[in-house]
Amino acid sequence: MNLVLFTVLLSIGVAGVVLCLFRGLKGPTASDRAVGVDGMITITTALMVLIGLFLKSSIYLDVSLVYAVLAFIGIIAIARYLERGL
Amino acid sequence: MITDVIGAAVIAFGVAFLFLGGLGIFRLPDVYNRLQAGTKCTTMGAFCTILGVGIVEPDWFFKTLVIAVFILLTNPISAHALARASYKIGVELWEGTVVDKCKELAECEPVDAPGTAHEQQTDQPGEK
Repeated sequence: MNLVLFTVLLSIGVAGVVLCLFRGLKGPTASDRAVGVDGMITITTALMVLIGLFLKSSIYLDVSLVYAVLAFIGIIAIARYLERGL
Repeated sequence: MITDVIGAAVIAFGVAFLFLGGLGIFRLPDVYNRLQAGTKCTTMGAFCTILGVGIVEPDWFFKTLVIAVFILLTNPISAHALARASYKIGVELWEGTVVDKCKELAECEPVDAPGTAHEQQTDQPGEK
């Protein structure tokens, strides 16, 4: 995959991450912030695999899988906390 | 060679969906709309992006398939948990909302919880 195409794709993805980050910063309620962080995490998981393709290093796949698992557990914990406390 | 082109096209499709998901999270008016855009678009985008990487590099195809299926299974679950928690703690719906079926169900009763949006009412529940 050549450098120009990779840079363009990664920039579009990072723009999505930045939009989610704005929502996470200014969301009126706690749920809005959790939604912003959730979207950020999913986009980041996909972009990490893309970075691994560009750098030809398969360690990024493992990192991305672990990140997805931890994000799932974290979001479930946040939802449970919002609903009835820890 | 042909797999490079197909894989790059699938990755571009997926990245476009990721960007639209971020835009939906930023622009839509309330929590439930944001959750809908964020979950559907980013699940589709992540699925296509990760499978596109697997198409470009056929050695990684099994690993990428595992990650993609994991995201496909867990992302709707976390979105459902967030939406349910938001409704139960009383986050307001957008004023243009047409129908609210959940109001008629017993299991959607609001609860008093730490992250709630109506904290001023739940301060001293025993004295009223």
